[in-house]
Amino acid sequence: MSDPEGARPHAPPIPRTKEELLRLYREMLRIRRFEELAARAYTQGKISGFLHLYIGQEAIAVATKEVMRPGDRVVTTYRDHGFALALGSDPKACMAELFGKKTGLVGGKGGSMHFFDRSVGLWGGYAIVGGHVPVAAGHAFASKYLGDGAVTFCFMGEGALPIGATHEGFLLAGLWKLPVVYVIENNQYAMGTPLSRTSPVDDLTVRGPVYRFVTDRLVVRDVFEVREHLARAARRAREQQQPCLLELVTYRFRGHSMSDPAKYRTKDEVARWKAQDPLHRHEEELRTTFGVSEEALEALDDEVVEEMQAAVDFADASPPPDPEERFEHLYVEDPSAHPDLGPPPGDDIPAVTVRSFDPKGA
Amino acid sequence: MAVLQIREALRAALDEEMERDVRVFLMGEEVGHYDGAYKVSQGLLEKYGEMRVVDTPICEAGFAGVGIGAAMAGLRPVVEFMTFNFSLVAFDQLINNAAKLHHLSNGQFTLPIVFRGPNGAAHMLSSTHSQAFDAMLSHVPGLKVVSIATPYDAKGLLKSAIRDPNPVIFFESEVMYSVKGEVPDEPYLIPLGQADVKRPGGDVTVVTWGQGLPIALRAAELCQADGIDCEVVDVRTLRPMDLDTIYASVRKTHRAVVVAHEWPTCGVSAQLAARIQADLLDELDAPVLRETYEDVNMPYAENLERLVIPSAERVRDAILRVAYHRI
Ligand SMILES: Cc1ncc(C[n+]2csc(CCOP(=O)(O)OP(=O)(O)O)c2C)c(N)n1
Ligand SMILES: [Mg+2]
Repeated sequence: MSDPEGARPHAPPIPRTKEELLRLYREMLRIRRFEELAARAYTQGKISGFLHLYIGQEAIAVATKEVMRPGDRVVTTYRDHGFALALGSDPKACMAELFGKKTGLVGGKGGSMHFFDRSVGLWGGYAIVGGHVPVAAGHAFASKYLGDGAVTFCFMGEGALPIGATHEGFLLAGLWKLPVVYVIENNQYAMGTPLSRTSPVDDLTVRGPVYRFVTDRLVVRDVFEVREHLARAARRAREQQQPCLLELVTYRFRGHSMSDPAKYRTKDEVARWKAQDPLHRHEEELRTTFGVSEEALEALDDEVVEEMQAAVDFADASPPPDPEERFEHLYVEDPSAHPDLGPPPGDDIPAVTVRSFDPKGA
Repeated sequence: MAVLQIREALRAALDEEMERDVRVFLMGEEVGHYDGAYKVSQGLLEKYGEMRVVDTPICEAGFAGVGIGAAMAGLRPVVEFMTFNFSLVAFDQLINNAAKLHHLSNGQFTLPIVFRGPNGAAHMLSSTHSQAFDAMLSHVPGLKVVSIATPYDAKGLLKSAIRDPNPVIFFESEVMYSVKGEVPDEPYLIPLGQADVKRPGGDVTVVTWGQGLPIALRAAELCQADGIDCEVVDVRTLRPMDLDTIYASVRKTHRAVVVAHEWPTCGVSAQLAARIQADLLDELDAPVLRETYEDVNMPYAENLERLVIPSAERVRDAILRVAYHRI
């Protein structure tokens, strides 16, 4: 297993203000509290299916939101609640989706693993490992084709490195110089399998140069640091059409999903990583460096818990989808309802619609 | 009216749609500089440039995925598989992504994309290069599936497939690209989901599509000599399927044979036979018979391949059987 100290040495701390730290800390805390309540609802039987928690990795989603511009996209895996919340999805809709309700983010069609919220730039939670990597390249291809200046951020676990789709996506992004930032969230386990049993090398960024990617690697301890590295990658993608591969070494404090007691990790190892939990480090920093009082921290926490408890209450009280909704959105029935499907500019001579052809002209 | 080959009709469809809509682009192996493995896209690179006629490396999962991502972002990709045999390594993209993302996103994203290329046996290419994906892909909710057999249909249906707001699988055939037929000079569209009576007749309905069509038409000619007048219905769109046109024919003839260039087990032909027999039991004077590939991997040897693929003679025998005609 790669040592948390093993990645490149840390630069001096990035300057920050109390206000900024409070703001980002709060965003991270929102994700943590949302997921703790979701975990509880799961054990109460209110949520079913697979529930993969992001607890421990929150700094990555929060830092991503910081560097996004309007029109930018995030494509991620089934471990997607953190991105939805960080990007600005309504926690009520997110929780209702977990509860399988009509009011859910995708109307109860996707559940935990398939969050989509286009209004905030969340282009999907994808549940087939690696399958979204070429799709993200396709979004970036469209950006290049249309010249819209958007950057696509595509996240994957380190478990996505062995599969072919990942490399095919990387190849096309590199070959065509697409404005995309690929981020490996290396939480060091793919379900129960440590990286050492699936990768011949510790440093996953060695796969970047063969696709002409610029690469970068960082242990996730400080949300400002993550933000700086992501910002640099985004700048290269946006301004130079230079795809980047960024490996963020991190840790999930819970099991792979709710059904996993995570017996494959030692208590020591978990404790070592929990000691560097970015959320707790930043809390400590607020306390010691910025003199934020215990009462103020508690009040903030209370506010966040209240927001997330309201999401649970909303989900609980929401109705399930109507029976007819199972037939909905299998096919586009009315193209005029979709902004992407308008007629091409200047198309005023529609082709004649005919049913069949009689060569004899009868 | 021009007489075009199927490849030329497909090219005309691509050309007209690319001219009409800058969001339409073609992507695949050898589509640009090489002019297409079967010369469907000949000349398009020169006319539209490398951003719209995109040569890809050999990575079907990669470029199918790129097409899907581009479609979600507002473009209208036409992805060419050199043949559908190679789409197997992109099935995750077709089935988990193309077919599902509109639904999974609760309608937030649309997938106006066409995956096109040859499907089914060609000639002496053996088992890995002779597969029919009609059933495998028609099985999947969220996809539409088209199979063409004439230049006229090829052009009108490809244009509609490109304009369709949903993912469309578009089957062609390696051995039919040179088939010629009349194509009107004026632009036209053929709607997806409409079958077409290719030969009117009153005694037996022969339902078919794609490479099955020329076989069915030959068999109908052979049966003429036996005094049996066949109606040949070309399904054209496998999903959604125009059962009304098929049923109207069967209500008239009371007998049906399904002819398909596909494996028999769980085939589209099996689905058709089941539907006709369930919905029109009272109309039928005979069980619905099917003529398909034999249920084996396609052999290379010419004599063996000929035995596996349905022949006009085999189809004629089936037609005679449902007509209770002494063979
Ligand atoms: C192609 C594929 N194979 C197997 C699975 C089952 N599966 C789901 S998550 C997972 C582990 C992935 O680990 P990683 O990529 O490191 O992401 P993490 O869960 O750690 O965030 C597996 C094997 C899958 N979803 N897709
Ligand atoms: Mg992992």
